[in-house]
Amino acid sequence: MASGGGEQHGTDSASYYVSHHLTHLQVGEGFWTWNIDTLIVSTVLGVIMCGVMYLGARRATSGVPGFLQNLVESLVDFIDGLVKESFPGTSKFVPPFALTIFVWTFLWNCMDLVPVDWLPAAASMAGLEYMRVVPSADMNATFAISISVFFLIIIYSIAGKGFGGYAKEWLSHPFGWYLLPFNIIINFVELMAKPVSLSLRLFGNLYAGELIFILIALLPWGVQFIPGFAWAVFHILVVTLQAFIITVLSVVYLSMAYESHDEH
Amino acid sequence: MGINATIIGQTITFAVFVLFTMKFVWPPIKQAMNERAKKIEDGLAAAERGEASLAEASKASDGALKEARAQAQDILAGANRQANDIVEKAKTEARTEADRIIAAANEEIDASMQRAKAELRKEVSAIALAGAQKVLAREVDASAHDDLLKQLATEI
Repeated sequence: MASGGGEQHGTDSASYYVSHHLTHLQVGEGFWTWNIDTLIVSTVLGVIMCGVMYLGARRATSGVPGFLQNLVESLVDFIDGLVKESFPGTSKFVPPFALTIFVWTFLWNCMDLVPVDWLPAAASMAGLEYMRVVPSADMNATFAISISVFFLIIIYSIAGKGFGGYAKEWLSHPFGWYLLPFNIIINFVELMAKPVSLSLRLFGNLYAGELIFILIALLPWGVQFIPGFAWAVFHILVVTLQAFIITVLSVVYLSMAYESHDEH
Repeated sequence: MGINATIIGQTITFAVFVLFTMKFVWPPIKQAMNERAKKIEDGLAAAERGEASLAEASKASDGALKEARAQAQDILAGANRQANDIVEKAKTEARTEADRIIAAANEEIDASMQRAKAELRKEVSAIALAGAQKVLAREVDASAHDDLLKQLATEI
């Protein structure tokens, strides 16, 4: 939220400030460009996530749990309930998958609450010109999750209904065999819409949130804390909610893919 | 902005984290939670069983207490009866003893009275003989009148 300074910026320097904050630290050309900041931040957060959860799970006891075990158990219980509600049958994969999505995106989103200039300033001291610290405000990160979900939807559809059943659903749902071409179009749109909406929802919310924090940082320093505080409080909700939504929707998509629609 | 190779790196990272969670986080935590649930279930069942057996035991102890009380009452009554018997027996014994002592004393008294009477008789006959001797001076023959004197003595 805090900024390096507001008043001395003119319009040009303000737009420079904003666009500077929205530029990735990149290497490479064209498609083979790597957003180093996103990769590093998300990996570090993921390692923290796995480390904490591993520490909690390593000496898991059925007796009185310690602090870390309690924390991980709460998460596991929460995700387990979520998956049990919608996913038909039992799966060894879906619950840990959902847990990873939830905690990882939650940590990504939390990076939005770090004052917008801290990490970029630290990076520039280390000689890195650009630094975006919110992985969920990078489409590559959100699409990485949603494309994984996309492929899992196809895999689970085939696993749940068989190859023939899945093909039949493509051809005969939702309008019946007589409108076969429309069925294919609809199913194609539906399948494509799922990962796109999944990732763009998370991306859009967090990108907007980050942008607002950057704009707040352009205000005179004496009044920044008022909108900054208000937005941060609101953002606590957004952070949790968006992580929750992407988790729930991923589970729901996989559940829909897995269960049979023959009763329709 | 825009999609670039980062997405590949992110997907691989994501896959690694998912596999890690699936292998090292989810199973032990889930197992511990299931075990705890089992433990709690067992504990509740044991508590229920304990409660039931407590109720049973208290019922049994109530019965035993009642029985013991009745038995104590019996014993007390028996003891009282026995004590009364002993006292009664002692009283009768004392009474017979006293009677016996009294009878013996009476007999003794009678005997010594008889003895005193006999003595007295002898003495009276002697005194009478001496008086008669003095009255008759020397003429009376003690042996000739002995029968008479004896007869006299028995008559007194």
